[in-house]
Parts: sequence; structure tokens; C-alpha cells
Amino acid sequence: MTNIEKIDVVQDIYEENDRIALETKESLEKVGVFVINVMGSPGAGKTSSIINIIRSMPEESFYVIEGDIESDIDTIKLKELGINAVQINTNGACHLDAPIVQKYAKKIDMDKPGILFIENIGNLVCPAEFRIGEHIKMLICSTAEGSDKPYKYPLAFEKANIILLTKCDLKEFVDFDDDFFRKGIKGLNKTAPIFEVNAKTGEGFKEVVEWIRKNR
Amino acid sequence: MHEYPVTEQIIKIASEKAKENNAIKVCHIALVVGEHSGFIGESIQMYFDIISRGTICEGAILEIENIKAKWKCPLCDITYMRQPYSFACPKCGQDGLPTNIGKEFYIKSIEVEVP
Ligand SMILES: Nc1nc2c(ncn2[C@@H]2O[C@H](COP(=O)(O)OP(=O)(O)OP(=O)(O)O)[C@@H](O)[C@H]2O)c(=O)[nH]1
Ligand SMILES: [Mg+2]
Ligand SMILES: [Zn+2]
Repeated sequence: MTNIEKIDVVQDIYEENDRIALETKESLEKVGVFVINVMGSPGAGKTSSIINIIRSMPEESFYVIEGDIESDIDTIKLKELGINAVQINTNGACHLDAPIVQKYAKKIDMDKPGILFIENIGNLVCPAEFRIGEHIKMLICSTAEGSDKPYKYPLAFEKANIILLTKCDLKEFVDFDDDFFRKGIKGLNKTAPIFEVNAKTGEGFKEVVEWIRKNR
Repeated sequence: MHEYPVTEQIIKIASEKAKENNAIKVCHIALVVGEHSGFIGESIQMYFDIISRGTICEGAILEIENIKAKWKCPLCDITYMRQPYSFACPKCGQDGLPTNIGKEFYIKSIEVEVP
């Protein structure tokens, strides 16, 4: 004879991921490293923005974990600029999660206090759902993607602590509607500042860097 | 691909709970999935059938409760479902704020067979 029993669980499926993310964050905090999770669509300008920020803060030590489904193109680019970077290849997975970041964070020798950028997989959807050990989430959105993105991919905009609107030099070519874009963000997130930048000229990054200095 | 790792996690949690209760089989898993959790019930079901094979969860019925996302108006103190391209409160017209209603992603309960 067997019996059927009901067991109340009420356990969040993210629980283990979040526990590991917290572990990573706390261990990096101990050595004075501030962690920024960089999210955005493929080609939005994540790597270009990271490079511009690093260039604008010469006094700071930087570390980068590059997440891509395949290839080490971005890591090679960063290393050529003298930036301490490691590559994660997820081989198909559409976002980084806490266990994989924890493993790779141990591969960088973070001997000085500084800032660790984690460039997430180019994807405006799932990276927003997973904590990976960050202090803040930086969302990179380019004008070329269109001003309707907050309405179509709300979670990424809702979870962001800071938003960079990149490729502002292309605004006039892509009929970018500023008001529609900002209205969409305001309905989702009333606190994240929006900075307009151009990674080709470095315009706008001074303000981004000031914000990072104040909020780290 | 997207639902694969979370489905593994669901099976892990359910199996652990079942074993803690000396069960020999998991018959039923009640899952709560918010509209904005980013996960799709059908897709979880597909991976579940594959990954659960040979585990204590094999053959379990996955029951998925979907939750609609809601916004909250701080002025009127009400929650509401938003209209497309708008975040406005239906009462006062001001933009409200997103809430955690619609972001749920958890196992509510399981039913197990005990000898
Ligand atoms: N015109 C213009 N082009 C830009 C700007 N920012 C980036 N780009 C270009 O956009 C392309 C993609 O930039 P990346 O920085 O590689 O974008 P990413 O988000 O890191 O891309 P993935 O890692 O592949 O997802 C490159 O060809 C950049 O030169 C900008 O502000 N203006
Ligand atoms: Mg890149
Ligand atoms: Zn109202």
C-alpha cells in the first residue's frame, strides 16, 4: 500500500542561483571590487561602452569577464588594449548565471580594488532574470534598435540601475523618437538615469563616469 | 535552450523535498509562473519530460499556474493590468510602477508517493 502526501514547498527556483551570486558579490566586495553587469542586445555597443568607460577612468583598476555564446573576439580586443579580461563561452546558453560567473571570476587575479565589468550575452531578455554577483546592472540600448524597446522588453529596462543610449550619432538616420523611448522607461523604472553617448567620439561618457564614481 | 537549466533546478528541488519525506515517487508538481518571469510553461513541460527520465520525478504531472503582471498606482493605491503602450492608472491616468505580481517563479507544492 502506498499513500499520496502533499508537501508545501514554496521554494523559489532562483534560490540557488541567488545564493551563489551573493557569495560572489561578497567575496569581491572584500577585495574592494565593484561589479557591473552589462546587458543589452547583440551589437548594442556593450564592449565599446566598457572600453570608453575604462579610458575615462585612468586612475582605476579594471577587470572584464566577457560572455558570449561563442568566440573570443571581444576578449582579444580588450587584451590588445591592455585590459585584464577573460572569456566565458556558454555554447548556446542565452544568459550568464551565477555558477558560471563564480567559476570565471576566480580565474582573474584581482589584486587591486577596482571595477569588474561582466559583459552578459547579447540578449535583451533573459540576462535581466539572473543575478550573477553584480552591484548594479548597466543596460546598453542603441538608437538603431528603435525607440520601442522599453515596451517590447520591459524587464531589462525595469531592472537596470543605469541606462546608456548608445549610437546617438545615428539618431537622425534611424528616426529615433526620444519622447516615446523615455516615456516607456519612466513607466518601468523611475530611478535609473539615461545617458546619451557616442562610443565613436567618446561623447557623453564623462557624465556616465561621474555617475559611476558617485554610486559605487 | 532557455528553460533547460531552470527545469533541471525544478527537478532538483522536487527530488530533494521528496527524499526528505521518504517518498519513492513524485506524482505532481505545482509550479507558479508569472507572465514576466521570462519562462514558458509549455517549454518547461517539454524539458521536464526529457530531464526527469530515470529520476524520482519521472512521470509527474506538472501543473502550471500562470500569473498576469500588474502595475501599482501609488496615488490611488490600486493594482491594475496595463494597456499596450501605456502604464497609466485606469483611475487617475498617472503612470504607475511595476510590481512583483507577474514575476513569480517558484514551486508551490508537490505530491509524493510514500510507502
Ligand atoms: N556609430 C556608432 N557605432 C557604434 C557606437 N557604439 C558601438 N558602435 C558600433 O557598433 C558595433 C557593435 O559594437 P560592440 O561594442 O561590439 O557591441 P556589443 O554590444 O559588445 O556586441 P556583442 O558583444 O556582439 O553583443 C561595432 O561595429 C561598433 O563600432 C556608437 O556610439 N556609434
Ligand atoms: Mg561585445
Ligand atoms: Zn491612480
